[in-house]
Amino acid sequence: MKTLMLGNEAVARGLYEAGCSFVSSYPGTPSTEITEAAAKYPEIYAEWAPNEKVATEAAFGASLSGRRSFCGMKHVGLNVAADPLFTLSYTGINGGMIIGVADDAGMHSSQNEQDSRHYAKASKIPMLEPADSAEALAFTKLAYELSERFDTPVLLKMCTRVSHSQSVVETGERPETPVKPYVKDGGKYIMMPGNAKRRHPVVEQRTADLTAWAETAEINRVEPGADKSMGIIASSTSYQYVKEVCGDKYPVLKLGMIWPMPEKKIRDFAASVDKLVVVEELDGFIEEHCRNLGLDPAGKELFSCIDELSQNQVAEKLGAVPDAGAKLEEAIPARPPVMCAGCPHRGLFYTLAKNKITVLGDIGCYTLGAVPPLAAIDSTLCMGASVSGLHGFLKGGDPEAAHKTVAVIGDSTFMHSGITGLVNIAYNESNATVIILDNSITGMTGHQQNPTTGMNLKGDPCTKIDLETLCRAVGINRVRVVDPYDLEACDKVIKEELAADEASVIIARRPCALLKYVKHNKPLVVDATKCMSCKMCMKIGCPAISMTSGKAEIDNTLCTGCGVCEQLCKFDALHAPKED
Amino acid sequence: METKNIMIVGVGGQGSLLASKLLGRLLLTKGHDIKVSEVHGMSQRGGSVVTYVRFGDKVYSPVIDKGEADFIVSFELLEAARWTEYLKPGGKIVVNTQKINPMPVITGAAAYPQELVDKMQAAGVDVDAFDALGLAEQAGSSKAVNIVLMGHLSNYFTDFTEEEWLTALEQSVPAKFLELNRRAFSLGRNG
Repeated sequence: MKTLMLGNEAVARGLYEAGCSFVSSYPGTPSTEITEAAAKYPEIYAEWAPNEKVATEAAFGASLSGRRSFCGMKHVGLNVAADPLFTLSYTGINGGMIIGVADDAGMHSSQNEQDSRHYAKASKIPMLEPADSAEALAFTKLAYELSERFDTPVLLKMCTRVSHSQSVVETGERPETPVKPYVKDGGKYIMMPGNAKRRHPVVEQRTADLTAWAETAEINRVEPGADKSMGIIASSTSYQYVKEVCGDKYPVLKLGMIWPMPEKKIRDFAASVDKLVVVEELDGFIEEHCRNLGLDPAGKELFSCIDELSQNQVAEKLGAVPDAGAKLEEAIPARPPVMCAGCPHRGLFYTLAKNKITVLGDIGCYTLGAVPPLAAIDSTLCMGASVSGLHGFLKGGDPEAAHKTVAVIGDSTFMHSGITGLVNIAYNESNATVIILDNSITGMTGHQQNPTTGMNLKGDPCTKIDLETLCRAVGINRVRVVDPYDLEACDKVIKEELAADEASVIIARRPCALLKYVKHNKPLVVDATKCMSCKMCMKIGCPAISMTSGKAEIDNTLCTGCGVCEQLCKFDALHAPKED
Repeated sequence: METKNIMIVGVGGQGSLLASKLLGRLLLTKGHDIKVSEVHGMSQRGGSVVTYVRFGDKVYSPVIDKGEADFIVSFELLEAARWTEYLKPGGKIVVNTQKINPMPVITGAAAYPQELVDKMQAAGVDVDAFDALGLAEQAGSSKAVNIVLMGHLSNYFTDFTEEEWLTALEQSVPAKFLELNRRAFSLGRNG
């Protein structure tokens, strides 16, 4: 059947059609929907793991037991999973195993622009790179064949424009996939030095075998072109931009397997054209491979390693750029993302900003607390770095800093990698104040369950990790819970815990305002006769409040009636509507 | 046929994903090759968002670049003005005249430009501006702006009958909201 699917949904369909039965992932844009879509197939067991390392190790275990398994993550998630990744290369697999990784060139929703292809080369694990949804489905199935044929996990590399583009796919059926028996084999699965020394040559031979396979693989195909003055090597979305601009004019070598790359095929292709051009997003990965083969392609000198590519960037170098439409003289104000109206993080960040607290931040919706007018965050590095970073910021430094510095971290991020930082705070005794912004969901990636929500990926009730008990168990004696909508309570708790001479955790608890089960109050109303235009209500950066005509105005379509602004108004001009 | 390009632009949270879903369903019935590119993640939180819909015999790139759009459907006035360079000659902007202040305007760091429809027209942009929010509220919910806009856009898609649009609509929205969305579509088409 022909249907439209996101690249991510097509990967999930490929998992289904390949008989995969185990999926463990941590959500991360742009990879999240692979696992959400996989969970909709009853034949596939699918779960959210607390982090990518756990997910990868769980998928390894499922593979070891003889089943086809998958774990999915975004590019930075692969950093977390890098530890099992490099040694999985040595153990190989039993049931086929795929590690899905989605890059985010252009940083639509990421903290860096790293190029995951380097991981394939560094870990000596083959990597397939689909260019649209149909390929995402087909390559997923092929990846399992390669995995089992060459005894290796396979990296399936997606990117924002493939993951989040819908295109036409033809779906097939799910065959019976027998579970392989598990056979004890310490020499293969116990990676202690003696065994690992024997496995390393196996890995090198495997790369040589895969290189030989890459020479004749259909997914590395030459598309003919009449004009041989130039030949283009491209893969993934870069291939699409090349075809969009050049059509069938120049010969194109389209690489579906990005590691290991063929050698003879590339040399023969280069010899068949006057000039070799590599079009690729981010780093010059294919280009470097060509140079290692002694070729001299044009690549990064034409196409920047910064930001994502587009057809006009390709057209500028290889074709003709269309005339742009009219541009207005008018300055068009930017529209950056903002914390939603009714967001429970707002009241907490207002309190921190008001008290001029230094705030080490983390990864999630609450990173938006850095945006003016709240501008409440001092640093954002990676998952968990707020908690571990705060310990380093305080330990052995100015003792006064402990009374004016906090870490803020979301519930899901805390379970991902904040907990180990908190163990360090307790164990090595820093006087840290950690605030867990518990909105009872993984917010930024689009509402995924996590170990603190009491629900699993399939939507069934499950064990709920109790944050208070957990924090006390690792050795934090002072654990407080506060409602972030209650500004007075926030102010009191933060001041008390910062003043304390031992480590503390504050749990600011209120569910995300976008959750379906969260009931909103009626939008607030403004009493214009009382509004003195003091702009106090503007200090919280709520998108539902503006003051374009001199008095506060509430946007009824956005306001959730959370009442945070009402608490700030000294003139009682903002309040809930009177009951009829 | 030559590839047709439609951009759906607006503010994160306004419901542009449903609009692109509806278009995808509609186009699939005619056997076109289609690509629909969406935005997920941080930009969805009240930022400027854009969805690209492309269809034709063979569609390669999933995105639309400057000078390529046949239609820009804008959920918000300022967002229409932001993307005018993406129109191709002869392209058209269909815009909801609703204004949503971006944070730099709310904080006073920038001003919301005045008389944008006039300014776009003065610059030679073909603009079809109407109050989609008003029609959505008339249909029963401000959230139906997306379907009102699709109803309005349908007037320019002469290859597709109203019946075909309504069938695609039925496949795109939950049954309990179908009547509301049918009203929204009809008001948009006639508005």
